[in-house]
Order: sequence, then structure tokens, then C-alpha cells
Amino acid sequence: MLKYRVIPCLDVKDGRVVKGVNFVDLRDAGDPVESAMAYDKAGADELCFLDITASHEKRGTILDVVQRTAEACFMPLTVGGGIKDIQDISKLLLAGADKVSIMTAAVNNRNFVKEAAEKFGSQCIVVAIDAKQTSPGHWEIFTHGGRTPTGLDAIAYAREVVELGAGEILLTSMDRDGTKSGFDLALTRKISDSIKVPLIASGGVGNLDHLVEGIREGHATAVLAASIFHFGEYTIRQAKEHMIEAGLPMRMD
Amino acid sequence: MSIILIDYGSGNLHSAKKALERAAALSNRADIIQVSADPDAIRRADRVVLPGVGAFADCKRGLTSTPGMLEALEEAVLKRGMPFLGICVGMQLLATRGLEHVTTPGFDWIKGDVALIQPQDASLKVPHMGWNTLSPRLDHPLLKDIPTGPNGLHAYFVHSFQFKPQHESEVLTETDYGGSIVAMVGRDNIVGTQFHPEKSQKLGLALISNFLAWRP
Repeated sequence: MLKYRVIPCLDVKDGRVVKGVNFVDLRDAGDPVESAMAYDKAGADELCFLDITASHEKRGTILDVVQRTAEACFMPLTVGGGIKDIQDISKLLLAGADKVSIMTAAVNNRNFVKEAAEKFGSQCIVVAIDAKQTSPGHWEIFTHGGRTPTGLDAIAYAREVVELGAGEILLTSMDRDGTKSGFDLALTRKISDSIKVPLIASGGVGNLDHLVEGIREGHATAVLAASIFHFGEYTIRQAKEHMIEAGLPMRMD
Repeated sequence: MSIILIDYGSGNLHSAKKALERAAALSNRADIIQVSADPDAIRRADRVVLPGVGAFADCKRGLTSTPGMLEALEEAVLKRGMPFLGICVGMQLLATRGLEHVTTPGFDWIKGDVALIQPQDASLKVPHMGWNTLSPRLDHPLLKDIPTGPNGLHAYFVHSFQFKPQHESEVLTETDYGGSIVAMVGRDNIVGTQFHPEKSQKLGLALISNFLAWRP
């Protein structure tokens, strides 16, 4: 039986982790590779790096991070942030990423999703959606960390990118992100039920019940969280045990 | 021993190479892992691994764009019995035909078609993406000392198409996703895994170690 996935996400800037992992004694909590190894050992089902490097000159730093992580961790790795063209994807995959997550480039040019899926296969093209509720039952896509509205309806957009070849959707509620009040379950369920590909729920996890809700009520097949894991509030194992107690099949290898 | 990982423009080579190196180190072996697109290197090797991500037709095109590649593989694997491991699309290419988007001929080493996954339960998502367990149909050296079954270790899958072999005897393991999905095929010196051993942590490294030690 396929298991639900728990995915910790690390923000990486200029090759260093922002909000480094605090739950183990790392020699260098800012080293993404050490953090990745700690999560690998802790039983994470996948790992996600979000590259938030702003300066153009330092954009290459993520490739080195991905390469070193792939040398040390034999688990699936998704990398997102600042991907603009086919070349960017190609470099990340060759460095050892298994999936790439595209956001702004897909909003700006939907055909990019199609091109990427045709070139590399849908299985490695994740489209990231940052959405905010604009009126009851309506959510709009935002870019630039929730600052730039796009006028695009989140549900219609999700359907469209899946049609174009996205193999997975990473959905973040910008209303919930950082609030610790749980996923936006109505949004998550609406999108998950409208698409045939897996959905990763993100934004708002504050406790372990939230992870269960994301799957049971949001119909997500994976849950992504950052701070509850990085700061050692909960271990990956505790999260999975809690989900098993709630009746969800999880991997405990 | 020399192991060739075939480079034909498919991604994920780096991870596969590192996993092979780690598995070799864990079993105290001094194998040389080479990434190569050279048909002569395949002929000289002791074992061959064909990775693969992406679409069936693209992978096939990538492979055949190197003159002599298919011939070298057939000579090494079919005629001389060189141990062969195909991963994901590298496993699917063993089939007679791939039915992804267009019908593309495969190697036809393991008779069968590669067709879209259509789970009986409509709420199940495609791709089949994530960790699943393996149910062995046959005892195979590549599964030695690997706990399988519902309480066994997990393998990492990510695929929308599945191998449907003509001969049940060539199905080594299956997995359950709204029905049975073939997880490993094989005969003689040939094995293919639908899942990614290079991404499957414990199970993956154990399986690769078994492949390195395998004497079919």
C-alpha cells in the first residue's frame, strides 16, 4: 500500500540554510547537506530545498548543495526557487535533484510547464502554487512571497497546469503560512479533488493534528512543514507515529 | 569489477552513480563505477545499469542516438550474459512496446507492454508517487536479506506507466496501488525495477549491493 509522505522543507540562501535545523547536534546548522542528512536519518519521506538566493551571482550555489546532498542522501529531493528556463531544470536534475518545483515561471508562461514535462517527464515537474483567499470560495494565485497578485483563479490554474503536464502540485496557503493554525483545508481539498496528480499541502502547520487533517480533510497525499521540525518541536518519527495512530498508512522503515 | 552506468542524456545519473558507489563501499567491494555512452565500454564492462527518467519514447531515442549502443547491449547482455539492471524507464525499455503518448518499440527482452496506470479506485492519483512495499512472486538473489511484504521495507516509486509482462513467470515482485502493479521483472541475467533503488534508502542500497554480488 502506498504511504502518505511527510516532507520537511529547508530554505536555502546563498548555499546556506536559513532557520537551520535545531533538533540534532550539527557541526554546522547552516549547512544544508548536514540538515538533509539529519532528516534522511530521521525518516523523512522526501526533502525539499527552496532556494531563496536573491543575487544573480550566487544562483549557482544551490547546484553545489544539491550535488553534495545527492552524494550523502539516498532519498527523493525536490528543489524549487528561481527556476526560469529548461537549462535551470536540466542543471538541477543533473546535479541530483529528482523533482523541480516551478512557480513564477509557470505563472508567466504556462507553456513552460508543457515544455518541461515533455523534456523531462511529468514525474519530475512540480508546480508550486501560492494562493490567498480573495472572497468566500475563491482563491487567487500570488507570486513573490504573496506580494504580487496575478488575477489567476487557483483552482482553474491548478487544473490547467496539470493538463499541461505537471506531475504534482505543491500548494501553499499564503493566508496560513507562518500562522501555525493549520492548512487551509477547504482550498486544499478543492484543488486536490479537481486534479488527478498528487498534491502536497503546505502552509500553516503548527501541530501534528494539522498533518492528519491535511490528508484526511484536505485530501493531500503528502504534507510539507518547516518550522515544527527545524526547531525540534516534533520529530519526523513523532509526526508519523501520530499519523499512524490516526489510522493513516505511513512508512516507518 | 567494472560497472557501466549508461549515459544517454537521461537525468538522475549522479544519484545512481553515488548509490552504486555507496553500495559497493558498504559491501567492501572495490568496484569501479563508470558513467559512459561508449558502446565499447559496455562490451568491456562486467555489469551494466540502465537508469531512466522521463518518457519512454525520449529515452529510447536518446539510447539509439548513440550509434552501436543497442547492438553493444544486446551482445553483452543477451549473448554474453552480462548482469543487467534497468531502473524505472530503464526497466520499462525491456518491454516489447511502450504505449506512452505514441507506440514505441522497446528492447523486447521481456515480452510485454508498458501502459498507463488506471487504478480501480478513481480517487487514487497518477503518477503512483511515493513509498510502497514489495510482494515477491519468486525468490530472487537481488532480494536477498531484504524484508518484503506489507511489513517489509519500502521502495520509492514515481511513474504513470506500468509494465505488463506477457509471461507471469517474469514478474519478480509486485506492489499494490488500487490493484497489482509490477515492481520488478527479470529472467536469467536481466532484472528491472520500476522503483528507484538509488532513492530507496535501506531497501535500495541493499538491492544494489545484491546486484553487485549477483552471479546469474
